[in-house]
Amino acid sequence: MTTAIEQIEMYLEQFTEFQRLSEGHTPRWLRKLREDAFALFCERGFPTTHDEDWRFTNVAAIARTPFALPPKNATPLVGSVLQPWLMKDAAIDLVFVDGQFVRELSVLPSLPGVSVSSLRQEFAKPPEALQLHLGRYLDTRRDPFCALNTAFAEDGAYVNFSRGVVLEAPIRLLFVSTASDVPIMIHPRNLLVFENESQATVIEEYVSLGSGPMLCNNATELIAGENATVSHYMIEREQREAFNISTLRIQQKRNSNTASHSLLLGGGLVRNNVHPVLAGEGGECLINGLFVGDGQQHLDNYMHVEHASPHCSSRQFYNGILDGHAHGVFHGRIVVHKNAQKTDAKQTNRNLLLSDDAQIDTKPQLEIYADDVKCTHGATIGQIEENALFYLRSRGIDERSARKLLLLAFASECLGRMKPGLARAHAERLIDAHLLTVSEHSPGHDGADLAQSGRERNWEEVG
Amino acid sequence: MEVPEQNKRRKEDQVNLLEIKNLHVTVAGCEILKGIDLEVNAGEVHSIMGPNGSGKSTLAQVLARRETFQVTAGEIVFGGKDLLAMKAEEAACEGVFMAFQYPVEIPGIGNTYFLRSALNAIRKYRGQEEMDAMDFLPMFRERLRLLEMDEKLMNRSVNEGFSGGEKKRNEILQMAVLEPKLAILDETDSGLDIDALRIVAKGVNAMRSSDRAMLVVTHYQRLLNHIVPDFVHVLVDGRIVRSGGPELALELEEKGYGWIEGEARATASVPA
Repeated sequence: MTTAIEQIEMYLEQFTEFQRLSEGHTPRWLRKLREDAFALFCERGFPTTHDEDWRFTNVAAIARTPFALPPKNATPLVGSVLQPWLMKDAAIDLVFVDGQFVRELSVLPSLPGVSVSSLRQEFAKPPEALQLHLGRYLDTRRDPFCALNTAFAEDGAYVNFSRGVVLEAPIRLLFVSTASDVPIMIHPRNLLVFENESQATVIEEYVSLGSGPMLCNNATELIAGENATVSHYMIEREQREAFNISTLRIQQKRNSNTASHSLLLGGGLVRNNVHPVLAGEGGECLINGLFVGDGQQHLDNYMHVEHASPHCSSRQFYNGILDGHAHGVFHGRIVVHKNAQKTDAKQTNRNLLLSDDAQIDTKPQLEIYADDVKCTHGATIGQIEENALFYLRSRGIDERSARKLLLLAFASECLGRMKPGLARAHAERLIDAHLLTVSEHSPGHDGADLAQSGRERNWEEVG
Repeated sequence: MEVPEQNKRRKEDQVNLLEIKNLHVTVAGCEILKGIDLEVNAGEVHSIMGPNGSGKSTLAQVLARRETFQVTAGEIVFGGKDLLAMKAEEAACEGVFMAFQYPVEIPGIGNTYFLRSALNAIRKYRGQEEMDAMDFLPMFRERLRLLEMDEKLMNRSVNEGFSGGEKKRNEILQMAVLEPKLAILDETDSGLDIDALRIVAKGVNAMRSSDRAMLVVTHYQRLLNHIVPDFVHVLVDGRIVRSGGPELALELEEKGYGWIEGEARATASVPA
C-alpha cells in the first residue's frame, strides 16, 4: 500500500505536467489560481475521519488510488452511445466526455441573453467575466477536494444569463466518463452566473460508460443576482465503482431565490456538498435532496448553509432510502452570522432503512452568532410501514409493486418540492425507474418483525 | 348449536362461497380464535357480533390474509380454493375485500391512482384488460355519487387528512369499485355519526347481490338496522356461541353480551 505522502507526490508530478502542457494557451491569472489551490491541497492532504467535516466518510480509498488525468487523444465517442441519457426537452444540452467539452455531441442553439459555452473556450477570451467570479467563492481552504478541483480546473460549463432573461426549459450539463484501463480522475469546473432578475434551471448530470474505479471531483460556482430565481439539479447516476465528490457553491444576492435539488442514485462513494451563502437581505434558499442507496454504496450529503445577511430563509429537506449495506450521511451545518438577524432556517432529514445492515448517520450542526433567529432541525428514521404495505396488498397490489409505491410516495416528498416543469419530469422519470430496481431486490420482511421494530425514531429540536 | 336454523333459511341452489372449518389462530403465542366453523353462501349477509376482545377483528383480518396472525389449525376454503395458502394480494384478486376498522393514511399516493392500480392489478390477475383513465373515470364518478363523496377528496393522498367518516366511506367506495365476491366490513360503523352511517349502509346495500356475500363484523346492533343480515353469529372468547337470524341481534341489543357470555362460560365448564 502506498502512503498518503507518496500520493501527494504523484499529484505533484501530474500537476507539473498539467501546467506544462497548458503553458502558452492559459491566462496567467488562471495559472496562479491553480498554483495557489494546489499549494493548499498539498498543505492539507486528503481529509480523514478525524476531520469533523468528514467524520462519517472515509476517503482512504480515493487517497490510495493512483488516478491519472484522462488522455488528450482519446477516440471520440459516437453520439449513439449517449442514447440512454438523452434529454430531448432541454433548451441546451452540453456534453462533456471525461471532463472535456464535446461540441459535436452537444445541442447549443443561440438564445437571446443567454451565453453558454465551455470554460476552456472562455479562457481564450478577455478575462473580465471569468476572473470576476471563478475561484472567488469556492472554499479551497476548508475543503481539499475543492482545492484539487481548482488546481486541475481546465474545462466545464460556463453559463451566463443577462439581466432579466427568463428561460423556462432547463439547461442540461451531461458529464460522461468512459471506460479506461487505468483509474482516471476528472475535475469538471462549472461557473453559472445569473444576473439580476433572471430566471433559469440548470441540470448537472453525471453518468458513466463502462466500469472500474474513477474519480469525478466536480465543483460548481453559482451566482444568483438580485431577484434572480434559479433551480439547480445535481443528478448522480455513475457506476458503482465511481468516486464522486461534488461541490455546489451558491452565492446569493439580495432577494434572490435559489433551489438546489440533489438526486443521488448512483456512484460507489459519493460526497455531495451544497454550500449556499445568503449574502444579501431577503434571500431564500431551498436545499432539497433524495439519496437512494443499496449494495455497498456510501452516499454522504454535506450541507453548509451560511446566513450572512438579515431576513433570509433556508429550507433543507433530504430524504434517504437505504437498502443492503448502504451507508447514508446527512450532515447539515447551518451558520448564522452575527448580523443575520431574523434568519429563518429549517432542516429536515427523513430516512427509510430497508435492511438490517443499512446505516444512516444524521447530524445537525448549528452555529448561531445572531440573537434573533429561528432555526429548527429534525430527523426521522423508519422502515416501510407494515400497515400501509398490508393495506395496499389487501386491495390486490402485489408486494413488490406495493413496496415500490410506498418508496415512490416517500420520494414524492422530494419531487413535490421541485417546481413543476421539464426538469422535475426528468427527475421523476429517473426516480421511478430507479425505485423499481430497489423494490425488486429488497426482500419482503417478516410482518411480526417489522411490527416490533417499525416504529419511527425521530427527534426535533427548536433552537 | 343453531346450525339447523341456518339451513332452514337457505335455498337449495345457493353456492357455498366461504367455508371455515375448526379455525384456530394465535397472535404472539396467545390463542385468539379457538375453533371457528362458518359457512357463507353467495348472496348472504352474515353478521359477526361479539364483545370487545372476542376475536371478531382477528377473524376478519385472517380472511384478508394478514400475516401477523398465525393459523395453528383448521382450514378456510374460498370459492373452492385454499384461502390460507394465499397471500393478501392473491386473496384480494380472488375476490376477498376487507373494509378496515382503521383505514391507513398513505401520504404521497393519490386516491384515484391507488384505486385504479388496485382495480387493474385485480383485472390483470383475472386475465382481463387493464382499464385506462378514460374508462375508469365514469365508473368511478358513479360510485362517488353513491357514497356522496366529493371528487376533490380523490385528488388527495390515500385517506390523508380525511375525517373518520370520510375514511369509512372511502373503504366502501373502494369496495364498490373493486366489486368483491366476499366483502368483510370490520367495525365499519364504529365512530360514525348517523348521517355517515346511513350513507355507508346505502353503499353497502346497493352492493348486495346474489353472487356476493358479506360478513359484517360489529360490536353494536345499530348498523344492522340499516344493513339487515340474513344470519347473526355471536363470537365470545374465540368461539361462535350462538347463531340465528336478525332477531338475535335485537336480543343482544336488549340484554347486552353479559347473558350470552355467562351462558358460554357455563357451556365451556361442562366436561365434554
